[in-house]
Amino acid sequence: MTARQVRWARWAGGIVLAAAALYAPFYFVPFWNFEFSLVLVYAVALLGLNLLVGYSGQISLGHGAFFALGAYATAVLMFRHVVPYPVTLVVAGVLCFAVGFAFGVPALRLRGLYLALVTLSVALFLQPFLKRFGSLTGGSMGLTITKPDAPAWTGLAQDQWLYFCALAVAVVSFWLVRSLMRSRVGRALLAVRENETAAEVMGVRLAFYKTLAFAWSAMLAGVAGAVYAWVIGFVSPDSFTVVLSITLLAGLVVGGLGSMSGPVFGGFFVMFVPSVSQDVNEAAPGIIFGLLIIVVMFVAPTGLAGLLRRLARIRK
Amino acid sequence: MVNFLQQVVQGLGSGAIYASLALALALIYRFTGIVNLAQGEMAMFSTYIAWQLVHSGMSFWLALPTTLLISFAGGMLIERIIIRPVEGAPELTVVIVTVGLFVFVNAAAGFFWSFLIKDFPNPFPGGALNLGGVQFGYGTLGILGVVAVVMGLLYLLFQHTKIGLGMRAVSGDPVSARLSGVRVGRILALGWGLAATAGALSGILVAPLLFLEPNMMSGVLIYAFAAATLGGFDSPVGVVIGGLIVGVAETLAGAYIGFVGSDLKVGVPLVIILVVLLLRPQGLFGRPTVERA
Repeated sequence: MTARQVRWARWAGGIVLAAAALYAPFYFVPFWNFEFSLVLVYAVALLGLNLLVGYSGQISLGHGAFFALGAYATAVLMFRHVVPYPVTLVVAGVLCFAVGFAFGVPALRLRGLYLALVTLSVALFLQPFLKRFGSLTGGSMGLTITKPDAPAWTGLAQDQWLYFCALAVAVVSFWLVRSLMRSRVGRALLAVRENETAAEVMGVRLAFYKTLAFAWSAMLAGVAGAVYAWVIGFVSPDSFTVVLSITLLAGLVVGGLGSMSGPVFGGFFVMFVPSVSQDVNEAAPGIIFGLLIIVVMFVAPTGLAGLLRRLARIRK
Repeated sequence: MVNFLQQVVQGLGSGAIYASLALALALIYRFTGIVNLAQGEMAMFSTYIAWQLVHSGMSFWLALPTTLLISFAGGMLIERIIIRPVEGAPELTVVIVTVGLFVFVNAAAGFFWSFLIKDFPNPFPGGALNLGGVQFGYGTLGILGVVAVVMGLLYLLFQHTKIGLGMRAVSGDPVSARLSGVRVGRILALGWGLAATAGALSGILVAPLLFLEPNMMSGVLIYAFAAATLGGFDSPVGVVIGGLIVGVAETLAGAYIGFVGSDLKVGVPLVIILVVLLLRPQGLFGRPTVERA
């Protein structure tokens, strides 16, 4: 294929995908719309994680905590009917950005290893913390909120509306991250990942960019958490264990680190691998994820997205 | 005052457990420069092996050395099969592989032994030594004793044997060590074996206090991280002292700071890690890494 044909093929593929994504909620039953909305939610969270792990070479084992923070901020606001629900998205994002920044400052002045430790302990701390402030968070019972309904003019059912909300958030997030990575900031992050010393010599302020990447990544996780709360209509401490954080990382690794399509594949993984394999054995999701992480790091460090890209190149 | 001292003693007991897992972390860190996130899960798995042995009729004091031997072999095997292929890869890759190991070992334990909690026999007698009103539980004393012995043995191994000399050479500079004829690969495997053994010991010590279940060590792991960060990852003595300080700090915070209580105690290691990273990143006894850019 010539470069021009490739470009056409890409456009055609993109249009088909977009049409499928837009038509899906009218084709599938509400159960599947619900499942696909969650895939989109996880894809947004993984997009954030990818910004951190894939593009700036840091590692977080606590992204589930930011996801939970976003979900809880949304749930608490909606439970008390403080603001109309679209506003919760902004609140969740801003809150997670601030918290991510605060944790990033001490952790990122050092190597990635310490960020892994700090984030892991944040994830472990979160559950008892949520249970402690029961008057606000509903304790271990959690909070049940009314899911947002579709505005009357759309004529959509609730599940279809929520799917489109998730889709819109995902599309905007992907567009933002894509633009970010093509900007000066994105190039700085890639430089940091490839060689910290060289990047610093070129005038990239390491600590600043690493902390910023962490804060953005936390923000995306929080935004995903907000949409999660809309879609599920329920939050409880047990939905956000350390397992969630580790599953997110696993999904991203399998989907593909450092690529734009990796988080989408990862979203499907995070959503469907546990629910499908859970039927076989309670331990099966862990065994599958654990093995996949190790095998993928051995044979295909760029994950599923990288494999597909490699296949396309061979076909050429 | 007596109550305060009692809390300190209790804290030292749990601190010794954190110290033993932190020693395992520090061992691997010294040789390979990576932190093994799966250390706690490996320890948990070893504890299940001990439980299985005791459960099938073996006496505890026979099951203990058997478990330690199996753990040692298991640790070496893991280094060979899982870590060796990514040796020299970027830190991120190695850390992700240990996360994979973490998930896998955790699930494997659940697969073999189910996720239900199990009782683990306490090797130490139940009573306590009364010194001026402060109760020194035999369990606490036993744990402190075991950790002291392990530390002493490791010290002897490092400082007074040929293998130890090789290990110090590898942790100092693997390339020079290899050029001087040290079998670096074997030493690294040995380091993982030793770490798995130390971890197994901490798992067996902690199991009677917590309950044995696949997620038993994830909390302990965080305390061990705090201990190693506080003491300095490259100083074994520092790590043990760090562990004791973390144990005491956690117990005292739980007992005397009303806001913390027993449920938010798990925040203590988080605060310790953050404060150490801000004020003295190399830890109390660690040496700061100096890099030539």
